[in-house]
Amino acid sequence: MTEMSYLDGNMLDGPLREVFAVDLSGATGRCASCGTTGPMAGLRVYTHAPGLVARCPSCAEVMLRLVRGPDRTWLDLRGTTYLQVPTPPG
Amino acid sequence: MSPGFQGRRRSAEPALPPGQYLTEDFPVLSAGPTPRVRPDVWEFVVATETGAEHRWTWAEFTALPQETPTVDIHCVTRWSKRGTTWQGVSLDVLLDGVDTGASYALVHSYGGYTTNLPLADLRGGRAWVVHGYDGRDLPAEHGGPARLLVPHLYLWKSAKWVRGIRLGTTDEPGFWETAGYHDYGDPWREQRYAGD
Repeated sequence: MTEMSYLDGNMLDGPLREVFAVDLSGATGRCASCGTTGPMAGLRVYTHAPGLVARCPSCAEVMLRLVRGPDRTWLDLRGTTYLQVPTPPG
Repeated sequence: MSPGFQGRRRSAEPALPPGQYLTEDFPVLSAGPTPRVRPDVWEFVVATETGAEHRWTWAEFTALPQETPTVDIHCVTRWSKRGTTWQGVSLDVLLDGVDTGASYALVHSYGGYTTNLPLADLRGGRAWVVHGYDGRDLPAEHGGPARLLVPHLYLWKSAKWVRGIRLGTTDEPGFWETAGYHDYGDPWREQRYAGD
């Protein structure tokens, strides 16, 4: 019996570049379900689905969903309390 | 090469919904890890808008009248598969005796998945909770021990690892319906994304 495989969060860099002007490869996220805080690159991304589903590596709850239509993209971040993005000193 | 002959062959097969292609294998799509639900702890619950609950254990569920529908299935990721044969219980049987004035159903699964559809689409011999596929027990990767089967809608509506249905008077969008996918999902009208 096969187990569903997932990719690490680094694969989100390309798809999210269409949505965000900032590079999220160095971003930190907080899971809304269990509070675990860590690099977005550490999420488990299920790609064999109608969209990308990124889950917390600690509790497996959904932190991010990205659906790409032919001319529209939906980003659902309700499972992420915050995204912390490195910015240059202001 | 006879284009006319090919044309007749094509017309002998019923058309696929627009934008779909045929596949012979059975792709496995999943938005997360595969839940492993043992039949001895499995249960199926129909909850009405008044809070009344109707529950079935595995033994009770498998003792209900069984059907073996053979249907074409259509995934929103564009593959379709013809002539899939399942075994399970019609929603007409499960909803018989459920007193409700609800118009909407929110299906929920082990693992947290949800999907919504009008209650009318679960009635009329068009929807089943299935536990067998192709003469065998339904494998976990295809939704076993039991999944919903609503073949007249895109397959994301046929929730794997189904655990229950909440009936309500308002429409409550599910997992993919809140992330850009169409609220109803009719493949023949190509209702893939919200607003299609």
